[in-house]
Amino acid sequence: MSVSPTQGEILVLVDHLDGELKKVTLELLTLARRHGDAAAVWIGPGYEGAKEKLAEYGAAKVYVAASSELTDYVVAPKAELLAQLVADKSPAAVLVSATAEGKEIAGRLAVKINSGVLTDAIGLTDGFVAEQSIFGGSTVVHSQVRQGTPIIAVRPNSTAPEASPSSPVEEEVSVVLSDAAKAAKIVEKVVQEKGERPELTEAAIVVSGGRGVGGAENFKVIEALADSLGAAVGASRAATDAGWYPHSFQVGQTGKTVSPQLYIAVGISGAIQHRAGMQTSKTIIAINKDAEAPIFDLVDYGVVGDLFQVAPALTEEINKRK
Amino acid sequence: MNIVVCVKQVPDTATERKLKSSDSTLDREAVDGLMNELDEYAVEEALRIKEAHGGEVTILTMGPSTAADTIRKALSMGADKAVHLSDDALHGSDSLQTSFAIQQVLGRTGFDLVILGSESTDARTGVLAAMLAERLGVSQVTLANKVEIDGSTIRIQRQTDYGFDRVEASLPAVVSVVEKINEPRYPSFKGIMAAKKKPVDAPSLADLGIDAAQVGLAGSATTVVDFAEAPPRAKGQIVTDEGDGGSKIADFLASKKFV
Ligand SMILES: Cc1cc2nc3c(=O)[nH]c(=O)nc-3n(C[C@H](O)[C@H](O)[C@H](O)COP(=O)(O)OP(=O)(O)OC[C@H]3O[C@@H](n4cnc5c(N)ncnc54)[C@H](O)[C@@H]3O)c2cc1C
Ligand SMILES: Nc1ncnc2c1ncn2[C@@H]1O[C@H](COP(=O)(O)O)[C@@H](O)[C@H]1O
Repeated sequence: MSVSPTQGEILVLVDHLDGELKKVTLELLTLARRHGDAAAVWIGPGYEGAKEKLAEYGAAKVYVAASSELTDYVVAPKAELLAQLVADKSPAAVLVSATAEGKEIAGRLAVKINSGVLTDAIGLTDGFVAEQSIFGGSTVVHSQVRQGTPIIAVRPNSTAPEASPSSPVEEEVSVVLSDAAKAAKIVEKVVQEKGERPELTEAAIVVSGGRGVGGAENFKVIEALADSLGAAVGASRAATDAGWYPHSFQVGQTGKTVSPQLYIAVGISGAIQHRAGMQTSKTIIAINKDAEAPIFDLVDYGVVGDLFQVAPALTEEINKRK
Repeated sequence: MNIVVCVKQVPDTATERKLKSSDSTLDREAVDGLMNELDEYAVEEALRIKEAHGGEVTILTMGPSTAADTIRKALSMGADKAVHLSDDALHGSDSLQTSFAIQQVLGRTGFDLVILGSESTDARTGVLAAMLAERLGVSQVTLANKVEIDGSTIRIQRQTDYGFDRVEASLPAVVSVVEKINEPRYPSFKGIMAAKKKPVDAPSLADLGIDAAQVGLAGSATTVVDFAEAPPRAKGQIVTDEGDGGSKIADFLASKKFV
């Protein structure tokens, strides 16, 4: 990707959960640096703990809006803060992560500042031309914002984060929230046990199980394989519909979109709606007992066989080679 | 309660979808259209709220004349009436403009609740509900996997990456729903017959005070620079397990430096 001369500040909305930085933030900073000065925007409590990482990944500036009021309500306050920064700092573009919430923030901001918004970018070239992979990965589109300040939601795992240590200038910022921004109050945040595994959309490796797994109990085969690789666990809709694995782990058209370095599909046929969520994975492996399963059209490496034989053997082999 | 459900007709994902070379918009003629799946959950949720609290459910669609099929399906499920915004000038509208046009329609219908799917399968932008809440200045209670109404208070469980948020707000509100919030009903025979007599309002852009230059491809805030079919993936190696499947994959992983 070409490196263009500095075009001014690019706002990067820091994605974090109560101070715990999401990897996508480092990716966004890396991307922003290629097109201008990366200016991180921190919203909510917990900045101190994340400060060093933002410097390590090259934030030239950090706008810190630490008021917890900004995270007590559904997305609107974040959009209001960003809108004010756009007005005050005239950035060249605004980058957010293309998570469900990131896209909602982008949407509200777009209305506020009357600018175009592009979602699910997997790359960014000069002039803020975004690359998007659509229709389940069958078409690649390049799009551009032609009205206002480009707002671009970038898909996690689409840029390799590169460190570039800096000493960012910190600036405290705040906004007086409108009543409308305080309309939907978050009364409780329920953090479900997420365990030691990486988050699905951020993971470098994802191991997913489908109907072939045959039951909730059997998902331990998938989990063991995932753990041997330090991977996240995913599931097909057949598996989440059956209640074998929670819906939040569903990969596909109506689930999460993942783009890891390695995707291992176990007992998954590879229906088009599943492919829509994993087709842009760099390397794909499948284990399926049906040689005709469409997932084999996608794979870099496939094994036709019983997952209850192959997956545990693979897990053991990986653990042995560590 | 005045409930409006935004539904979109999308191409069947099982068919091959393409952009048109003439204007880089989705080729909707080439493929079968059906109701965006998540919008079925939105319609179902609206019907359940109506059944529990009374009121009326209005279906709102912006789309070409063929979207009438999707409207009919929603009416067959039990919605009371519909508004179909259809005008060639709207062709190619991006999300900013679509939200503007829908806001104008909502000005005509009025609403206590607007319910949307959280994402469409074709555009997949997932921004419309948030944009509408912003434009309308009402509560945004989106990504709901559970909705409860109690007088003029609405409580939802908002699905998050880490679990869920419990959110509370006052009506009027914009809701978006995620998969598995409910099990959408199938239209009954009676429902299908009844749908034929239900009113479908078809306002013109002028009726809504929309200037044609503000919408459609020409007025869009975003533009497609170019597009191409993704290069096909190189054909991979497929082996049959003969007791060695696990170690073969491990060898492959080692060759790629994953282990
Ligand atoms: C609108 C819409 C949206 C959808 N959204 C999604 C989505 O987001 N995500 C999604 O995944 N799906 C989605 N689907 C569903 C999708 O069409 C498929 O039904 C689903 O992906 C199938 O899941 P599966 O591959 O696990 O099951 P199946 O298609 O039943 O495949 C199971 C596979 O396991 C193999 N198998 C069985 N036993 C073994 C064994 N012992 N060892 C090895 N292999 C074995 C079989 O050979 C088979 O290939 C959607 C569908 C629709 C209509
Ligand atoms: N043209 C449209 N007409 C009516 N509703 C729409 C339209 N486009 C999108 N929607 C609604 O907005 C939701 C999100 O769509 P999208 O932002 O395209 O992913 C859909 O599930 C629909 O409820």
